[in-house]
Amino acid sequence: MRNRRSVSKLAVKENATGYFFIAPWLIGLFVFTLFPMGMSFYLSFTDYSLTKGLDKLNWIGLDNYIRMFANDPEYIKSLLITLKYVILSVPMKLAFALIIAMVMNQKLRLISLYRAIYYIPTLLGGSIAISVVWRRLFHRKGPINEIIGSIANLLGLEHTAKTWYTDPNLAIYTLIILTVWQFGSSMIIFLAGLKQIPQDYYEAAAVDGATPIQRFFFITLPSLSPVILFNLIMQTINAFQAFTQAYVIGGGGNSVGAKSMEFYTLYLYKTGWTAFKEMGYASAMAWVLLVIIGLTTVLIFKTSGSWVNYGSGE
Amino acid sequence: MSLHAKRFIKKFFTHLVIIFFAIIMLYPIVWLFMKSFTPNDEIFSNITALIPQHFTFENYVAGFMPKGTLSKSFIYYMGNSMYLSLVTVLFNLISCSMAAYAFARIRFKFRGFWFSIVLITLMLPYHVITIPRYILFNNLGLINMRDVGGMNLNFLYLPLTLPKLFATDAFFIFLLVQFMRGIPKDLDESATLDGCGRIGIFFRIIIPLSTAALVTTGLFSFLWTWDDYFNQLLYILDSARNTVPIALRSFIASDSVSNWGASLAMSVLSIIPCFVLFFSMQKYFVQGITTTGLKG
Repeated sequence: MRNRRSVSKLAVKENATGYFFIAPWLIGLFVFTLFPMGMSFYLSFTDYSLTKGLDKLNWIGLDNYIRMFANDPEYIKSLLITLKYVILSVPMKLAFALIIAMVMNQKLRLISLYRAIYYIPTLLGGSIAISVVWRRLFHRKGPINEIIGSIANLLGLEHTAKTWYTDPNLAIYTLIILTVWQFGSSMIIFLAGLKQIPQDYYEAAAVDGATPIQRFFFITLPSLSPVILFNLIMQTINAFQAFTQAYVIGGGGNSVGAKSMEFYTLYLYKTGWTAFKEMGYASAMAWVLLVIIGLTTVLIFKTSGSWVNYGSGE
Repeated sequence: MSLHAKRFIKKFFTHLVIIFFAIIMLYPIVWLFMKSFTPNDEIFSNITALIPQHFTFENYVAGFMPKGTLSKSFIYYMGNSMYLSLVTVLFNLISCSMAAYAFARIRFKFRGFWFSIVLITLMLPYHVITIPRYILFNNLGLINMRDVGGMNLNFLYLPLTLPKLFATDAFFIFLLVQFMRGIPKDLDESATLDGCGRIGIFFRIIIPLSTAALVTTGLFSFLWTWDDYFNQLLYILDSARNTVPIALRSFIASDSVSNWGASLAMSVLSIIPCFVLFFSMQKYFVQGITTTGLKG
């Protein structure tokens, strides 16, 4: 029989082994996550710029935060563009993902092939290669204008071909279309969720004479609501942080097109790494972004009580 | 109409709808692929056409030539990307599997607390830590190591690879923990009776049985590094160490409006590794996405 002492010895050993195995992560947490977070919080109250040393920074209190909202129209514009992008792209992406997942949620031959095909845009969408293609597709002489032109012709309408990504009104939509096009992961998650809905719900509803639309609103949507919530939060967090495609498709400079897709993160990059390298100001922006994302997540969670159904039983 | 015929028609239309949308979805990629084999003047003469009238490799030949700010052939940059991605995979596998094993199996003090930190860091916007991380690496002199004791150490890509050695990708810890929790505990117990310690259990039981999750981790580590433009833009200052995203981006910057062929050809090359991995390891993708709701 073990006495108390050997049990506690065992516990000490367990602790030591546990901390041995998480040691790399723990060091990484402090060095590469917590310390940087603390530092950026501090820097956000300073005028630190990469062009001068850390020893020459000045404490400027809330000036960076005040400047952002009171004195920086370019910042406000980038915030509004980002919000527009998030609000339009996320719901459309989820809607597509859900529709396609429902069409595919049957015993079909070739289902894994279809699933793979619909995932390909998501697989490649983040690459520079696709940004290159998007610049070509939406160019004045590109295929999208050609296709729209011939449809317009058919209907007897006028169509002036424009390069989408340099047009202040259209530029953002090249990115929204690109984002919605990548609905693959959400679709796969929805498919997994749909498979969890017990078939007898539908059978019972069919006996009661429910129409397909009723079945969708009274069975599918409520049963799937936790999955929808999950996808909504993940996609919203991601959308706020979009960078690469806007940077590459827009061109990243000061052109009209680049300006009209100057997302939050692009302006942050521009502030911190180009021209004056104002890293103090950029840190303040990063913290405001953290707060915006946090608040949005909380807001979605708060409203979720009224539409997410966590089910009872089963 | 009989029930059987009805069911058949329904299935038929479902296939039709799925295939119709699949064609629209894949058009940009098929267009890219086909146009990369089309002579440059023909690309414009029939912009929507998919089948080239004159099949050519000239775009690929043109793409391989050093060009603009790129002093080396595109293949060279693909080599750099491949190397960087594989190092990342290795580092992630080591550090994340260690952390995951502890969280899934060992009862150490404050385990629950630390694991909740893992979950919180999953949601953390990356941009909050980019600036100070950059300052940190900058002050340590790790960003441009062109001359460290007479040696050029830029090939180590330290600002990009070092954090991976410390399990900074919380996604993978989470994925591996989920998987390891599913491995029967009896196996550990019988191994303990056979005289196997915690470290022995890790190497002899947990690692071999977690192959599927480890493959998923490796796969996504590879793809995310291969496609990661933002970090490579920040940290690669030595043009000899340029990677595919950086090279491709300078490619379109130096590309004239009337010469699309070469950049399309190099775009095709840049996505081939992703395609190969995807089609050879499809089931790991589905597993990775459904267990963690990976980004994308």
